[in-house]
Amino acid sequence: MPINMIVCCKQVPDPEAPPAVFKVAGNKMTLPADVKPVISPYDENALEAALRIKEKTGGKITALSLGNKLVRDVIKKSLAVGADELILLEDEAFEESDSWSTAYALATAIKKIGQYDLIFCGRQAADWDAGQTGLGIAEILGIPAVSVARKVEVTDGKVRIEQVIPDGYEIVEVALPTLITVTSELGDLRYAALKGIMAAAKKQPTVWKPADIGLEPSQVGAAGRHSKLNKLFQPVKEAKCEIIEGDSPEEAGANLAVKLREAKLL
Amino acid sequence: MAENKGILVYGELAGGKLASITTELLGCGRKLADDLKEDLSCLLVSDTVGEASKEAIAFGADRVYTVEDASLKQYQADSYMQVAEKLAKELSPRAILMGQTSIGRDLAPRLAFRLGVDLATDCLELSIDPEAKLLMRTRPVYGGNAQATFSSELMPQITTVRTKAMSPMERDDSRKGEVIPTKVEIDASKIRTKIVETIKEEVAGIKLEDAPVIVTGGRGVGGPEPFKTTLKELADILHGAVGATRPPADNGWVPSAMHIGLTGKIVAPDIYIAVAVSGASQHVAGCSGSKNIIAINKDPEANIFKEAKFGVVGKYEEVVPAFTNKLKEILAG
Ligand SMILES: Cc1cc2nc3c(=O)[nH]c(=O)nc-3n(C[C@H](O)[C@H](O)[C@H](O)COP(=O)(O)OP(=O)(O)OC[C@H]3O[C@@H](n4cnc5c(N)ncnc54)[C@H](O)[C@@H]3O)c2cc1C
Ligand SMILES: Nc1ncnc2c1ncn2[C@@H]1O[C@H](COP(=O)(O)O)[C@@H](O)[C@H]1O
Repeated sequence: MPINMIVCCKQVPDPEAPPAVFKVAGNKMTLPADVKPVISPYDENALEAALRIKEKTGGKITALSLGNKLVRDVIKKSLAVGADELILLEDEAFEESDSWSTAYALATAIKKIGQYDLIFCGRQAADWDAGQTGLGIAEILGIPAVSVARKVEVTDGKVRIEQVIPDGYEIVEVALPTLITVTSELGDLRYAALKGIMAAAKKQPTVWKPADIGLEPSQVGAAGRHSKLNKLFQPVKEAKCEIIEGDSPEEAGANLAVKLREAKLL
Repeated sequence: MAENKGILVYGELAGGKLASITTELLGCGRKLADDLKEDLSCLLVSDTVGEASKEAIAFGADRVYTVEDASLKQYQADSYMQVAEKLAKELSPRAILMGQTSIGRDLAPRLAFRLGVDLATDCLELSIDPEAKLLMRTRPVYGGNAQATFSSELMPQITTVRTKAMSPMERDDSRKGEVIPTKVEIDASKIRTKIVETIKEEVAGIKLEDAPVIVTGGRGVGGPEPFKTTLKELADILHGAVGATRPPADNGWVPSAMHIGLTGKIVAPDIYIAVAVSGASQHVAGCSGSKNIIAINKDPEANIFKEAKFGVVGKYEEVVPAFTNKLKEILAG
């Protein structure tokens, strides 16, 4: 049975850029131009989960992304690694969405796509770290959801999921359609093969505006938010690290032990 | 609908007792309720709640709602949601506080979307805006590279709070409160997931969350071996536990239960020794509450030195054994 899969991929500024380059100005995060956007890392894991199922069981993968001015080279990585289709909810009106307005628009788009057996999201997006959109989409669609998956397999119309819990994992079974949020233990996204990159270059994403999914601009983005951002700031840290020296690394190590005793930490 | 009043803590149990996160939530919930001059309630859900309801009162609750049902022994979203939704509607609190735990992470978004209200996850600070009487909820964003304060006029204001971010009140068994056993009929036909098996990957020795000393290895240690040898020896003489950053867990060098950070465990030991850890914000999010961070890294520019009190620049293969030997000598003498 071929499976219809949708993977929600968000474009975010590279979260692993050095901490010092993250600067807040006028209640907004600003980053230097050389910090490139990426697909949010857990969404890459989600894409990998879908690709593994496609390989084994067969099926179609639609990548879905919401934002404005999405960078084609970044978001088309989904096509290059093997997604069949890319749909962008792209419009100024989608700017400054919160988890509510994001999940609402994504769920509405998924209804328009119509056919879906499995929806994948990352466990949390690496910009606002909210961790709610996936479960929110499932609530809006009225389908079951399993969060923090490290392995996903489909057999006989059922999904078998390894869900990470504090000291181990649980094996959970659920019928299709279902939504799954994916964690990094699932494994890194594969590299795109040259053939995939060339095929992706030829494909154009489908772009939907709010009206294309039947929403008013007042229902999306900043206007559709449930939360108000009162303040974005960076607490000041007094960084004072005492570097312990020595004539050799070994001596520095020994000196560290002496220092800890002197500082009464032992 | 009735006016929304009071603070409701969604409690969790651990080994038949109140989980430490719940005592923390009650501590902060008590302050918020006092500021509002309203009540603090606690909801406890399990197959049997037992003495934990009295504990919740001793830690600050005015009222404890207990929901007991054999089907609630283990957390499952579709059964727990039935309880959470019903109680949220019946009690109509101003705010619901949950832990940013594996249960809270899973339940809070579902509840917020079911009720059509807002949720702020993983909060570090909560206060009441005196004029609007709204909860000001501050949480780290961008992996901990900034913080943001959010509010919402939609009631209840649902919030999850990071573990170890709040202090519990002193336990006071003379505190008075009411325990209200509450019946919720669990509709089994609405439970769409089935837990086939639970596999524990318990790490031997002291639990990371409780250890006074943690030795954490990063990707720079190079493989699984040092976690069992170099780092373990150091942890053992300090009666501590070994932890890891995310890459060693993702690479399968260590069980994922050992991983510390934004999406792993939150720890706050007296001494946190970071070995070959770069100090990414998402990792520091899990250990910044430590009293003393000590860093050993070959790169003098590594961000971890901005977090540390003491540091050594050098290859850990050379620094750590010498450090361990000297410690042995000091501790013996
Ligand atoms: C949304 C999100 C959530 C995340 N959640 C977490 C989380 O919960 N926990 C977490 O840890 N990470 C998390 N990460 C990943 C995080 O951004 C970093 O990638 C990760 O913490 C880096 O781990 P590291 O320091 O071990 O590795 P690296 O950044 O690769 O650093 C290795 C360090 O080892 C040093 N080194 C190398 N060899 C030696 C040697 N021989 N001796 C001494 N030093 C040496 C290097 O100088 C370097 O500083 C998350 C990322 C995202 C985007
Ligand atoms: N703008 C977006 N476009 C596509 N998917 C998104 C978007 N925002 C969130 N998601 C999905 O929802 C997950 C959780 O996001 P969040 O709730 O923002 O942490 C992400 O990992 C994505 O899979």
